[in-house]
Amino acid sequence: MAQSLAKEFTKGLWAELPPFRLVLGLCPVLAVTKSVENGIGMGVATTFVLVFSNLLVSLLRNIIPPKVRIACFIVIIATFVTIVELMMQAYAYQLFLKLGIFIPLIVVNCIVLGRSEAFASKNGPIVSVADGLGIGIGFTLSLASLGAVREFLGNGTLTIWEGLPVFSMGPDFIPFRFMLEAPGAFVGLGLMLFLMNLIPQK
Amino acid sequence: MREMISMIVVLTVLTALSGGLLAKVQSSTAVQIENQVLKFQKAPAIKSIFPDVANDPIADRFTIKTEEMKLQVFPTKLSDGSQAVAFETKGTGFGGPVGLMVAVNLDNDKIIDVRMTTHAETPGIGTKPKEDLSFVSQFTDLSIMDTNFNLKGSGGVIDAVSGATVTSNALCTAAVKATEIYQKLKPEIIKQMK
Repeated sequence: MAQSLAKEFTKGLWAELPPFRLVLGLCPVLAVTKSVENGIGMGVATTFVLVFSNLLVSLLRNIIPPKVRIACFIVIIATFVTIVELMMQAYAYQLFLKLGIFIPLIVVNCIVLGRSEAFASKNGPIVSVADGLGIGIGFTLSLASLGAVREFLGNGTLTIWEGLPVFSMGPDFIPFRFMLEAPGAFVGLGLMLFLMNLIPQK
Repeated sequence: MREMISMIVVLTVLTALSGGLLAKVQSSTAVQIENQVLKFQKAPAIKSIFPDVANDPIADRFTIKTEEMKLQVFPTKLSDGSQAVAFETKGTGFGGPVGLMVAVNLDNDKIIDVRMTTHAETPGIGTKPKEDLSFVSQFTDLSIMDTNFNLKGSGGVIDAVSGATVTSNALCTAAVKATEIYQKLKPEIIKQMK
């Protein structure tokens, strides 16, 4: 039992790392990773939604009629996404302004719906929470690392919270501004995928 | 038949519970969100309209209550000695309500400036009027008493931002609403300015 829990948790951190291994959920990956801070914020919001929607879907899996399961999953996911959105407005308003439309868009994030459909609706609540937590943390780390690459090259800084840089290259550094634009997101993602594929899968 | 009923019952119960939960969360975060909007949306808008006034319009704000509405008013005094107020109205844009902070000179009833505040518009398209001030600067010095603040296509005097017509229209609706509110509440505002 403990072994399978650990297995479900760790698979999201490496073997099934959502953006880099499965290449899923790319919309927020490309759009919000202008800084580490944005990446972490988006990742934590998604993790919260993943854990609680997995838990609820798993608890209700024998009650939800198979023919309307997708509608039920969407209701559950949308509820938690709205809670995240309200909480973020109340306690992290600057982050909310930066992430903007991408918070409500977690509702249609294929990672969240995919975990409900493929995992939580077939497994018990504890394993489902472990699965959601693993995938969520993996997603957060992926966003943060891509955000770190783009922010470091594009702005010469690294920020964790409320726009305060914890590391800065100083004024002599001439940044690659292009890394903060949309094409920079694709280039950054391509480089990350290249690095991931250099490491053998097994 | 049984299957049909179970589908209906489950979905209904689920959506009802979710609605109830969200209503609870919304009402418990409402005050905190209002403070955050004041700090991060209204305050910067007011600061950029009144860059160097003696008082703090945010701290001096007062609320006017009428039967239909509650209006938050931010009072200040301009460098030429005339009194001015700022208040926010809303129009409906592409992604929900769009806020417009309107600042009016109480002595000559002219608009000093306006700013776009809260919104849920498409980034890069509907957000243009917020970043590029050439749209909002069209309102400056127009009289709030007898100007038609609609878009030119609807018989007004304002040019829309190309590509962001819906948002421009929302801001114009908010401006028209501001004229109605101002004309109705001006005596009340002056009375509260002491």
